[in-house]
Amino acid sequence: MKPSAFRYVVPADLQSAVHARAANYDSAVLSGGQSLIPTMNFRLSHPDVVIDLRLLDELDYVRTDPSYVRVGAMTRQRTLEFDDSAYRANPLIRQTLQNVAHPVIRNRGTVGGSLAHADPAAELPCLITTLRGELVAHGLDGPRKIPAADFFQFIFTTALEPDELLVEAAFPVLDPGEGWAFCEFARRHGDFALSAVACTVKIGPGGAIQRARLGACGIASTPVVLAECEALLVGNKPSEELFAEVARQAVSSIEATDEPEAQRRYRRHLLDGLVRRALEQAIQRTGARV
Amino acid sequence: MSTDTSSMRAVAGDYEVDDLVAVTMTVNGTAVEAKIPARMLLSDFLRHELRLTGTHVGCEHGVCGACTVHLGGRPTRSCLTLAVQADGCEIRTVEGLADFDGTLHPVQQSFRECHALQCGFCTPGFMMSVAGLLEEGIGNDLSDSELREHLAGNLCRCTGYQNIVAATRKAIDLRDGKEG
Repeated sequence: MKPSAFRYVVPADLQSAVHARAANYDSAVLSGGQSLIPTMNFRLSHPDVVIDLRLLDELDYVRTDPSYVRVGAMTRQRTLEFDDSAYRANPLIRQTLQNVAHPVIRNRGTVGGSLAHADPAAELPCLITTLRGELVAHGLDGPRKIPAADFFQFIFTTALEPDELLVEAAFPVLDPGEGWAFCEFARRHGDFALSAVACTVKIGPGGAIQRARLGACGIASTPVVLAECEALLVGNKPSEELFAEVARQAVSSIEATDEPEAQRRYRRHLLDGLVRRALEQAIQRTGARV
Repeated sequence: MSTDTSSMRAVAGDYEVDDLVAVTMTVNGTAVEAKIPARMLLSDFLRHELRLTGTHVGCEHGVCGACTVHLGGRPTRSCLTLAVQADGCEIRTVEGLADFDGTLHPVQQSFRECHALQCGFCTPGFMMSVAGLLEEGIGNDLSDSELREHLAGNLCRCTGYQNIVAATRKAIDLRDGKEG
């Protein structure tokens, strides 16, 4: 239960970190370490080189502009959770973070670390995918923007090139009056989700849903946007019948097969309930009634 | 909020597999210098190098919370942290909770009064987590289930949770100057 030996590189700044990454394609990048170090303790991963980003203060920031909450990759999850400007711009960020592991883990875990790790059951990848956020990578050729939909490619696999580091995550702000919810089911509080759902809804002047964003994690090899569900919602007035129809549609997106933690049938049942619960909560937050 | 990387001493470097890394940190108010392998966990550094055995090691993969210490003022799993990551940082362990004159920290006082420990193995981790919650300003307006969520990152295999919840409430009262 101890990490194997490795070459240890502590770059002074982003440029040196990118160069270290480019020179060591098999390196592991250490940010908060809350996923990497347990896998190293178990020797599930035994990297030759560990590049520790702890001196990169330049990647520790939360900046809110009219369109995005921009979060530096080295920002601790707990710092973003407590950030009031981020909360005012998009309260869903805080609610989502409260489902990420335990406070003690969030004290160390970074926003960029969780996103770059790309666990298919993790909450932050689900959030940024559902919101159609954007990620910024930095490599030898400089910075590059990647839409969240293209960033997550498979289990633990992202669009980052071997020389690239994730430097920023941009979460879109919500419109005034837009409703939001994040609902998760995990066996124990703080565990990875068996399944979770993020959603936002905006009600139009006539009382019908004008815009809806709905996404889920834990049901496929990446977080999933439930686009067909969103299409069902838009243009209709919120109702229990509508939500039930949307939940039925959502369940058909499940790709996960029978696993020791959950049978496919159980996951279908979970997702059905989580979608309906998330929609009800989000609608409630718009002030509309179901 | 400041992070632990804002150090005076932490420096960039490139260390071969067998190199030792020079680190300095403040542990319970005392400056510490050491040369350690990069792969040494902070929990092992505290226990084996500094002989601060109050920090307990349970699962070594971040589930049980027994190894919780404060790093840069925030509760942290020392088994999920390399000691070199704490270079230039302030560390507080369970040995640093009481005042120098022996006056107990509110969380020690409340754990003692509420009998919030049985075998005691999980206790240092619980106390460091609760001390962190007290510093974050957690209040007694929380429901029991909310409070339990806050404590959910620490496991007690004796299952003595009732008294741990009671002790947490008492610690909040002691912090706020109320007689429990």
